Amino acid sequence: MIKIINALLAIGGGVLGAMLLFWVLNKLVEMLPRKWEARVKPYVFIGPALFAITVFLLYPAFQTVVASFANDDTTAWVGLRNYTSLLASREFQTTLINTLMWTLIVPVVTVALGLLVATLADRLTPGGEKVSKTLIFMPMAISMVGASAIWGFIYAVRPAAENQIGILNAVVTATGADPVNWLQMSNVKINTFLLMIVFIWTQVGYAMVLLSAAIKGVPEDTIEAGRIDGANERQIFSRIIVPQVWPTLITVFVTVLIGTMKTADIVYVMTNGNFSTNIVGAAFFVEMFKNMDNGRASAIVVMLMLAIIPVMVYQVKQFRAQEANR
Amino acid sequence: MTTSATPVAVPDPDAAPRADRTGDRGGRRGRNRTRVGGQAGRAGWLVNLVVAALCVLWLIPTIGLLVTSFRDPSAANDSGWWTALANPLSLTIDNYREVLVSGQTPMLNSFLNSLVVAVPATIIPILIAAFAAYAFTFMQFPGRDLFFILLVALLVVPNQVAFVPLFQLFGQLGINGQFIAVWLAHAGFGMPLAVYILRNYMSTLPMAVIESAKIDGASHFTTFWRLIIPMSYPALASFAIFQFLWVWNDLFVALIFLGQGDNMVMTVNLAGMLGSQGQGWNLLTAGAFLTMVMPLLVFLSMQRFFIRGMTSGAVKG
Repeated sequence: MIKIINALLAIGGGVLGAMLLFWVLNKLVEMLPRKWEARVKPYVFIGPALFAITVFLLYPAFQTVVASFANDDTTAWVGLRNYTSLLASREFQTTLINTLMWTLIVPVVTVALGLLVATLADRLTPGGEKVSKTLIFMPMAISMVGASAIWGFIYAVRPAAENQIGILNAVVTATGADPVNWLQMSNVKINTFLLMIVFIWTQVGYAMVLLSAAIKGVPEDTIEAGRIDGANERQIFSRIIVPQVWPTLITVFVTVLIGTMKTADIVYVMTNGNFSTNIVGAAFFVEMFKNMDNGRASAIVVMLMLAIIPVMVYQVKQFRAQEANR
Repeated sequence: MTTSATPVAVPDPDAAPRADRTGDRGGRRGRNRTRVGGQAGRAGWLVNLVVAALCVLWLIPTIGLLVTSFRDPSAANDSGWWTALANPLSLTIDNYREVLVSGQTPMLNSFLNSLVVAVPATIIPILIAAFAAYAFTFMQFPGRDLFFILLVALLVVPNQVAFVPLFQLFGQLGINGQFIAVWLAHAGFGMPLAVYILRNYMSTLPMAVIESAKIDGASHFTTFWRLIIPMSYPALASFAIFQFLWVWNDLFVALIFLGQGDNMVMTVNLAGMLGSQGQGWNLLTAGAFLTMVMPLLVFLSMQRFFIRGMTSGAVKG
């Protein structure tokens, strides 16, 4: 009960406080000479947002870079030691390879499946389309922890003598084989692939929704023209529809790519980075919670940041091009 | 929901007074509805079969979880959930009773905590972001484009960069473990996306309305409250849904700044149950399903806003 009152107070206080803040600042600025008022007012409006970003994002990011050159509790400088020891360790090399696999495989598979569902669902009756799209999209609303629970149950394993309760092992044992401890199965990276499936399961709906909207945006007359010229369905898809949805496809790809690079929850919850499944996003939390090493954790996140910078540059370029067209 | 935190594709929702919109869709005018008469519904059996198979494949994991959450402990942990389908009368709601109130870490308490975290963490940043978005859209000032590009760049920054220093900062302020720490962190992390979405939307509003308000002597403050906020309602709703789902489903911000004590949220609770594994699948699945109820309700009831928020920007390409 106290909690709810507390929350209501926070909502009220936060909203009223913010309104009051803006109102007071606005009044103060209005007391300035007219010329100065016009100059200062924009900064009053963006001020609180910039403050939040600076204090809760920019300043901590800067501090993280600093901490990556310091020891585990940030009390002494260690130079590049966090980086060199990480890069030299077999474990972190595996983490990097896994991360590379995730970024190469997950966005491609997600976009491909999303495109498949979007294309096929477009041909169903309106009712069928709606139901199938809602079903595929639904995992997007589920937390990564929830998804981990769902799939952890699929991958569950019991000793060979007992009934299997995980559906995957039930299938495997039905063929007469021994049950497999899937999440510990690092042979040919099977466990890493199984973790990727969980993430893909949550993301395909996103790709599908955007691509579906793009496919519906393809003008009917271009398709008609193709038909008249004798193109078959496959040619219409690959020569007429795909080129027209390409910009959307790239946007979806980049968005999923960024999400994949940053993701951590699934690996952290399902294997805690063990059994050679770690990825960079999760390695940060393992380093921070399990090993309590701020220096190494910071170094990991700085490396992640460096890897993301090219994508960031691309995004900014895209944004500027989009603005120029506005 | 990681994707909602990596936006790009989530700007300006449609449906609003947008006089200047015809231009940028260019040749795509004849879109959408024409197809219904043309191609839709013409699917052969193969297409129907493939889509149906995909849907079943997508749904089975969740169904398994749901069925198991209604089975008694011995059945749930000794036989596959599909065997229960033959005997639906054996199902029970005891698991939910135990997970919600009588278990070691009651989910009911965590549910309240999640609510207490998510609602303010959604509302507070919106207001602050709306003011900033207004300034970015309707005011001229030196550094405007630079600041906004900084925001666009920040959209892709992983939250991990802020955790350690922010934890130390909140430690100095003595607010770690309290709700305000999570509210502040989420306000900061969500701010770039909020400003970005709202600004993109506002820039599609008809400039003439703002001009005439100015001529009538309205101040920026009045224009903002009386005109822009009501007109931006679809974008505000879209962002609110994104942010709410993101905060509700978030694990790490809550884990770091609230931890596992009395203020533990649902995701942290569930992750703890998954980690200890001692509680049996019947309770785990019930707990997992409880964490999903709220986001699924929000999602299903506001799917339109959710999808509209995602699409219009990206399709614009």
